[in-house]
This record gives sequence, C-alpha cells and structure tokens, in this order.
Amino acid sequence: MPSPRYWREMPQRYRYEASKCSKCGKVLFPPRIICPACGSRNFTLTHIGNEGKVVTYSVIRVAPSQFVDQAPYTVAIVDLGEGVNILCQIADCEPDEVKIGMDVRLEFRKIQQEGMDGIICYGYKGVPK
Amino acid sequence: MPYVWLGEIMKDVAVIGIGMNRWGELWQKSIRDLIAESALLALEDAGIDRVEAMYIGCMSSGLFTDQEHLGAIAPDYTGFCPVPGTRVESACASGGAAFRTAFAHVASGLSDIVMVVGVEKMTDVDGAKATFALATAADQEYEVYNGVTFPGLYAMMANHHMHKYGTTRDQMAQVAVKNHKNGMKNELAQFRTEITIEQVKNAVMVADPLTILDCSPITDGSAAVVLCSMDTAKKLTKKRLVKVVGSGHASDTIQLAQRSDFSSLKSTALAAQQAYKMANRKPADINFAEVHDCFTIAEIMVIEALGFVEAGKGGKATIDGLTAIDGKIPVNASGGLKSKGHPVGATGVAQIVELVKQIRGEAEPGRQVKNANIGLAQNMGGSGASSVVHILEGV
Amino acid sequence: MVGIVGYGAYIPRNRIKVEEIARVWGADAPSYKKGLMLQEKSVPGPDQDTITMAVEATRNAIKRAGIDPRKIGAVYVGSESHPYAVKPSGTVLAEAIGAVPDCHCADFEFACKAGSEGMFVAMSLVKAGEMEYALGVGADTSQGAPGDALEYSASAGAAAFIFGDKDLVAECHFTHSFMTDTPDFWRREHQFYPRHASRFTGEPAYFKHSLGCAKAIMEKAKMKPSDFAYAVFHQPNGKFPMNVGKMLGFKKEQLEQGWLSPTLGNTYSGASPIGLTAILDVARPGDMILMVSYGSGAGSDGFIWKVTDRIKEVQDRAPKTRAMLDSPRRKYLDYGTYTKFRGKIKKLEN
Repeated sequence: MPSPRYWREMPQRYRYEASKCSKCGKVLFPPRIICPACGSRNFTLTHIGNEGKVVTYSVIRVAPSQFVDQAPYTVAIVDLGEGVNILCQIADCEPDEVKIGMDVRLEFRKIQQEGMDGIICYGYKGVPK
Repeated sequence: MPYVWLGEIMKDVAVIGIGMNRWGELWQKSIRDLIAESALLALEDAGIDRVEAMYIGCMSSGLFTDQEHLGAIAPDYTGFCPVPGTRVESACASGGAAFRTAFAHVASGLSDIVMVVGVEKMTDVDGAKATFALATAADQEYEVYNGVTFPGLYAMMANHHMHKYGTTRDQMAQVAVKNHKNGMKNELAQFRTEITIEQVKNAVMVADPLTILDCSPITDGSAAVVLCSMDTAKKLTKKRLVKVVGSGHASDTIQLAQRSDFSSLKSTALAAQQAYKMANRKPADINFAEVHDCFTIAEIMVIEALGFVEAGKGGKATIDGLTAIDGKIPVNASGGLKSKGHPVGATGVAQIVELVKQIRGEAEPGRQVKNANIGLAQNMGGSGASSVVHILEGV
Repeated sequence: MVGIVGYGAYIPRNRIKVEEIARVWGADAPSYKKGLMLQEKSVPGPDQDTITMAVEATRNAIKRAGIDPRKIGAVYVGSESHPYAVKPSGTVLAEAIGAVPDCHCADFEFACKAGSEGMFVAMSLVKAGEMEYALGVGADTSQGAPGDALEYSASAGAAAFIFGDKDLVAECHFTHSFMTDTPDFWRREHQFYPRHASRFTGEPAYFKHSLGCAKAIMEKAKMKPSDFAYAVFHQPNGKFPMNVGKMLGFKKEQLEQGWLSPTLGNTYSGASPIGLTAILDVARPGDMILMVSYGSGAGSDGFIWKVTDRIKEVQDRAPKTRAMLDSPRRKYLDYGTYTKFRGKIKKLEN
C-alpha cells in the first residue's frame, strides 16, 4: 500500500468525513469534485453517520492474500441513512449471526497491513449494536 | 438527463471473419502467440490477408504479463506492421468495448476493414496475483481495501436478489448446469464436462452463497473478428452476411454500494435499450443471446436487464428452461463464461464470434440454435459498472 | 484545580480461559487459578491493536467529556505493544479524533505504567496552563511467551482520560511517583516476547514500588486508607493487588470495584487505568479514590482523585467498563485460534 494513497483517504477512514452538496444536499462519501446528482461544484464538510443497518452481505471464505488469516469474514453493504450506503466488514459477529436488517455501529479497526515491515492500514468495520 | 441514442450510422457494418483458439491453461502460449493465433484464424475465415486497423480488448496485460503497448504487439506479431493498433480497456467488458470501437470506426468510414482481437493471458501469475489483478475492476479504496472480492460483490447481489425476489440456490446453480451442458459440445470450451445442481451447491464455498462452481474460471485465450462495410462484405464473403444492427454501451457507479439497486444491472439495461433502438428491435425479437455469466447470479440478473423476463423472474425462467438450448431464447449456447472460460479481454469478442457462428449455422451439433437469425451479445465489467450490448442479424 | 473531564475504556470481545491454556501445556489449571486468582483473560482480534483500542476508548472519553476534540492540546499513548517501533500510536489517535494538527504528541513506554505516566504528563500540561485539554491513554495487547506463566495473564484493553481544569468529574488532589532501576521484567529490542525474573518480580519489584508510592502519597495528602471509598492498584494477576491493598490497610470492599484482573487478565499499561474507569462508572460525588500503578523496570505512579457532582451526568454517556468485561457477546477461543490471533505461529513470510 503506497503511503500517499493510504494517507489521502485518512479523513474518510478515520473521521468519516464526507461532502454535502450545497445545491441539492446529496451526501458524497468519499468526497468528489463534482456532484453526480446535480453537477454542482460547491460542497460543505459533513460526516457520515456511524450507525446503520445491514442491507446485504456475504461471507468471504477464499480471501485475498492480505486477508487470508482473517477468513472467513463477513462483508456487508450498510445503510447509514441520508442516502449513504457503504461497504465494510462486519466484526465481532459470527458469519451465521449476520442478518439483513441487523443494526451495526462503526468501530475503528485494523483493516490490513503490508507484511511485517510495511505500513498498518486502519479503517472502519461494523459491529453489532 | 435521459440516456437515449442520438447518433447516426453512416455505413452499415458486417462481420466477415471470426477466429478463436481452444481456451484453457495454455502454458506454451504467450500473449503474443494468443493474439496472433486468433487474428490469423479470423483473417483466413474472412478470406483476406490484411486489415486497416486493429483494436485489442484486454483488461490487464500489464499486471498479468508485465506487457503493455498491445497496440504495437498485436500488429507486429500478426505480421502486418505498420497497421495501427489500439488497446481498449473496460475491465471484463474490454472485448465488447473494443468491438464497439471497431464498429464505430467502420461505421464512420474512417477505415473499411478493421479487426478486433480480444485476449487475456492469466496463468503466468499465481492465484493471489491473478485475484489482485482482477480486483482492479472494483473500487480500490472503498471496496477492495476493505477485503471484498469479486465473488463477494456478486454474492451480495445474489443475497439481495434472493431476499427481494425469492430466487433460490437451485435456480442459480441451474445456470452453471445449463452452460456446462452446452459447453460440453463446444470444441473450443475450457471445461467440457457435465455438472449437476447438487455438485454446484456442494462445491467449495467461495463467498456465501456462491461456490467455486458458481464462478467463472481463470483462463488463457483469445478471439478475433473482422468487420467491414456491408458493401465490401458483399464483395468479399461467400458466407451468410452478418450485420451489426445494434450497439449500446453504458456506465454505472463503480462502487456496488452506490448503485440505486443492488440486485439489478442498470448499465446493461441502458446499453440494451440503446442497442434495441439502433436495431429497431425488441427483446422478443431476439432468437438467442450470449451473456456475461461471470457468476451464476449474473446471468439471472442480465436476462432481466435485457428484458427477456421481468425483474425478479430470472431464476424461475432459468430453472423452467426458458434459456436452455431448446428453450424459447437459448442463452450461452457456447457454454458461457462458466464452461467456455473467461480470459477477461477475450470474452466480449468471443461472444461476437459465437453469434456469427450460430447465425451462419456453423456451431457444433447439439448446440446449434434453431433459426438463429438475430443474436444479442452482452458483456459487462466489474460488478456491473460498465456494460456493452450488441445485436447481430443474419442478412 | 485540574482533573478528569471525561474517561472511557475499551475491552475486546474475545476471551480465553486459564484451563484452555493449561490443557495445551500440561499445566495444573487449578493451581494457576488459585495461586494467581485468574480465571480468564481478554484477547484482541487480528484486526485490533493498541491503536484501535486507544481510539475506541478515547471516543468513549470524548462522549463523557462533551468537548470539541480540536481543543485537545496533547495526545499521549502509553503501551508496551505500540504497533510501530518508530511512528507514534498517538499520531493515529490524534488524527482519528481530529485533534490534529495543533497538538503535542509522543508515545510513552514504562512497561505497565506507561499509561499512568502519560496521564500524569497530560494532566501536568493542563496544570501548567499550557493547554485547555490533554489526553492520556493506557493501552496494550501484551504478549506472553508460549507456556510461560505470563501467558495466563497477558491480555488486551485500553483506558483514556481527558484532563482539563473545568467541568471535572474527578479532581486530582495529589500525585506522586516512586521509581528505581529494578530489572524484574524486560524486553530487549527486536525480541518478540518479554522475559522476567520470576519471584523477584514480587517483593523487590511490584510490592516495593506500589507500597512505597502509596505510603508516600498518603503521607503527602495526610490521608489514611479509611478516608478512601475506593483503591485501585496495578493488576498483573488477581492476587497481587488484593495483597498490596490488604498490606496497606484497605478492605476488600474498597478494592473490589476496580479489581478486574480475574476475568480481564493483565492489560499492562491499561491495568490500573481501566480499573479506575470501572470505579468512576459507579462512584458518587465526594468519593476519594486512590490509584497506584506499577510498571516493571520499575516504578509506580500514584494519584488521589476526588469525585465531583458532574460524575452523575456522564456515567451513562458511554459503555461502562464492567458491561464490556461481562458482555454476553464475549467469545471463548481455543488455544489454536488464540495463538493464530496473537501471531505466535511461525508462518512462511511472503
């Protein structure tokens, strides 16, 4: 994971920073240069919520190399409200306990790391409320 | 802004040559060999020895083989520099997008005879690297970063489809069963074996509910077609003329989470609408189709998006035999990605090869579609972020 | 008067029982359980480390403090399991809570008292008038060598304290630190597991410094054990804190609320700080609390806190420590999964 790429997304992964379109109110996570709904270029700083419901999910059993030790793990699309849906892992929950409609809260977790000597990459996972 | 087709085709375009090699783990063949092989077969089939331009559909020769600049490699190794080449990339829709670009090239009159080669050489790298390369089709920062895989993305769509419409595991598995049954008879398919619904359901789980047999494989392979203006085609070919009557292409959000619906494929629906409009045809007019069954659930969602069945009814239609070789609208008579294989960039072009083969009546016995006159090819990238649809009609 | 404006803790969900560890090593579980007064300990998941727990504990502290994190002028994390040897845990924490960029930051190490030392320095900066608020965190995902006595107790947890000079939930009336050079427990650079000097870790180390600090601070304050509602000591196992408390003249009832080690294990830099949060969760206005940490090497930090009226407003604003410790969602691991999570299995490096 190159440092600049990881560092650029920190405000989103650490503090859930998003943009709110000044014209139509759409919340963009991550922020963008142009609003896809109305074409406006003006935004204010906002934050996505940290609680939501599972909309759909799956259990990853054959995992990419950085995640092999964590398999099986659950990934889900979580509806955080205000039209914002995110993809995240569901932690602290057995795969067979995850249900569509389940309430989760975002918690700060280690997402991946680059071997034993690369940088450690943090972010959010949903844990059952 | 409504998304309709507002263009004008300057010249009718026909496909006069097709070529494809046997797909599989082709250790002896490099990416240059693969390109040249199918290209030369297509030239031979067209009865010509040269084209004016080449388009190459390939997702990631760089990550799989450290080789970029296929725009030079392709004409060089097919033996006809200084013909220009251009690589077109749209993840798994690279082949279809390359074909559409070539179609536009000929339709505009810029050149008269153009070749499209689709290729992917996937087996030089190990499984982990291949997975990494394929994952570049998804959102790196907000999907892949969090540990989701392609099977995981489609599995989430499957779970949503099952929750919303009651689609069952058996219905999904039937897609793989049907496609293997067809692929068994395809001399060029990677996996010419029969499988059962039980085998699909009991195979190793990759991402719940998808097992390894719900997923298309890693494959080396290529496919090529030659396009030219209809006037030139009439002079050059003795075989049945096949006209490109419709073409459509649309995008959707890269992130699955940002789509408006998680169990439908809007990019395919919009691309199909464009193609139907250009062709002046409706879904009911289509005799057969080649669609992008990267995962079993994909075929179910695609036949809904193409308008062959209503939303949510794709699973039932499949298990009821609507899309079987002897059904009302045979889908993936070639074996689809599941049985034929999925060398990513080659798939979209191989779909065109199949449409032409079927329309000419050249398919192997047991998988030749009866009355194959109008065929539709649907190619898709990532989790549905891009989709290309073509309609070909026998003249 | 300076003191605690907000406090919070974080305890991960996984556990492993003493019997399970003993089963694998052929050890006598009942003697460990009785001798060390330990039943089970917390285990961090593979996606948890000192930093992730520090962030969650601090988020809880911010909920109780009710302040704008941008006003925090210093972020100090004390641990002996900082994820990086060079690059502070504190920078990630400060970035995560939004205290950046105008903020002091450095990591602390002093074995199990790194957390309390960080607390002392953070509070002192506020006392000196250098800043409005400062954050001190004790967090660890400590390692015990396989089959070693410490494997039964080395566990994971975090506690965070935001210090200020107004709207306090607990005033700090006295502090004292008592330290010497005592090689009772150490880990050399590049070593994965620590080493210890066995029984030497008791009387000349833990007890000498805990007692020395406690006596000195009570003398400074002109107070005696019966003046306190609660006392919390460092908890390397269940036995030592009870013994030292008794030796000083405290009663069991004063020691129980902050005594978490029998089911939490030893959270190292988190130990007495997490114990303090468990006390604050139930304390009442006017309660006096004695806290004495201990870190090998060796030293103890002492604090005397007085709970204010504001405590009642904040206790319910964030998860309570004993609720996390006793959570019905806790998951018991087998030893194989435990060693996989703790990175104790030698794998093919790729």
